[in-house]
Amino acid sequence: MNWWDLFWGFLVSNLLGYGGGPASIPLMQEEIVHHYHWLTNSQFGDVLAVANALPGPIATKIAAFVGYQVGGWTGFAVALTATIIPSAAALIWFARILARYRQSPAVKGMTLLVQPVIAAMMVVLTWEMGRDSVRAIGVGQSLGIAAVSLWALTRWRIHPALVIVAAFLYGGLVLSHWI
Amino acid sequence: MDKLAAERPAPGGAGPYLDLVAAMVRTGLLGYGGGPSVIPLFRYEAVDRYGWMSDEEFGEILALANALPGPIATKLAAYLGYRLKGTAGATVAVLAHILPTSIAMVGLLGILYALRHSKVVEGMIDAVRPVIVVLLGLMAFEFVQKAGKGLGSVPALAFGLAALAALAVADVHPALVILAALVYGPFHLRVAARLKEWRERRGSRRREGPKP
Repeated sequence: MNWWDLFWGFLVSNLLGYGGGPASIPLMQEEIVHHYHWLTNSQFGDVLAVANALPGPIATKIAAFVGYQVGGWTGFAVALTATIIPSAAALIWFARILARYRQSPAVKGMTLLVQPVIAAMMVVLTWEMGRDSVRAIGVGQSLGIAAVSLWALTRWRIHPALVIVAAFLYGGLVLSHWI
Repeated sequence: MDKLAAERPAPGGAGPYLDLVAAMVRTGLLGYGGGPSVIPLFRYEAVDRYGWMSDEEFGEILALANALPGPIATKLAAYLGYRLKGTAGATVAVLAHILPTSIAMVGLLGILYALRHSKVVEGMIDAVRPVIVVLLGLMAFEFVQKAGKGLGSVPALAFGLAALAALAVADVHPALVILAALVYGPFHLRVAARLKEWRERRGSRRREGPKP
């Protein structure tokens, strides 16, 4: 087993995968199926389908499975390390630099400017996810669940985790009969 | 001692580690629906629930994290852990976040395979999506307010709309928009001061009338 190949395959697909989850999937497919032949196309498709039944980042789910398939628990560790460490280390490194110069007007300016950008990003994400929700379960259900959650979160200050679990229960037990 | 970890002296003992693990496991288990879904969850844990960082700092880190490749969740988990307890904290945070599902991928494959088209799972994911929409929307609202307070309503609106246009209309990659903000940012305070000066000079000239 060539550990370096395993490491490199996942390193490359995650370093080039800008834009989070969905962006890295085709890159991982390229490495896993076409480059290194660790899985067939149809097996990769199955892994994706299975991964969707679980929470968490798609990249680590795929890395965990393929790494284990190909190299046991060592492969599991190698693939996950290649996936996670480079970008995490980069973030921490940049954040430390930012922290060191926190008092400088330059960094203060950056902090201020980033806020409307993050706000805009969140607006776009809200819109896109809202649209996906309507496509999946329709306007009525989406608005209904959203309204109840909004009320639970802001009026009753319920922990988001509990609201999500409640949604899981509703979805699994009730909604599943209508889709 | 790492500067970040030293900024807020964390209480000794296992306390913070336990909190960190709890928060990371929670976000790891509830993050259905891809990257963006965990962002409000992380924010809740880090800013609201435990007060490990301010909203401002969270926004900065989120921006930085989006400007870099790789899965957002693990980047945020690593930063949070590092912030609290240095490299050890970062390792614990990441492991707590991804190990449950990673091991499930390996160990429960048979069950998961049978479930992969299950209506129950589909129902669960579909029902959670509107909740995430609400969380993202609340976060959007709060950052809009922050931007207004920080930059002033007019500049905030101007920059916000520009960013929105870039992201939604021109389909510019978020990393690029963030990079643009980071590049202009250092100059902003100077530009804003110059503009203010210019406006005041114009105002006073109008009051005094043309100079003889």
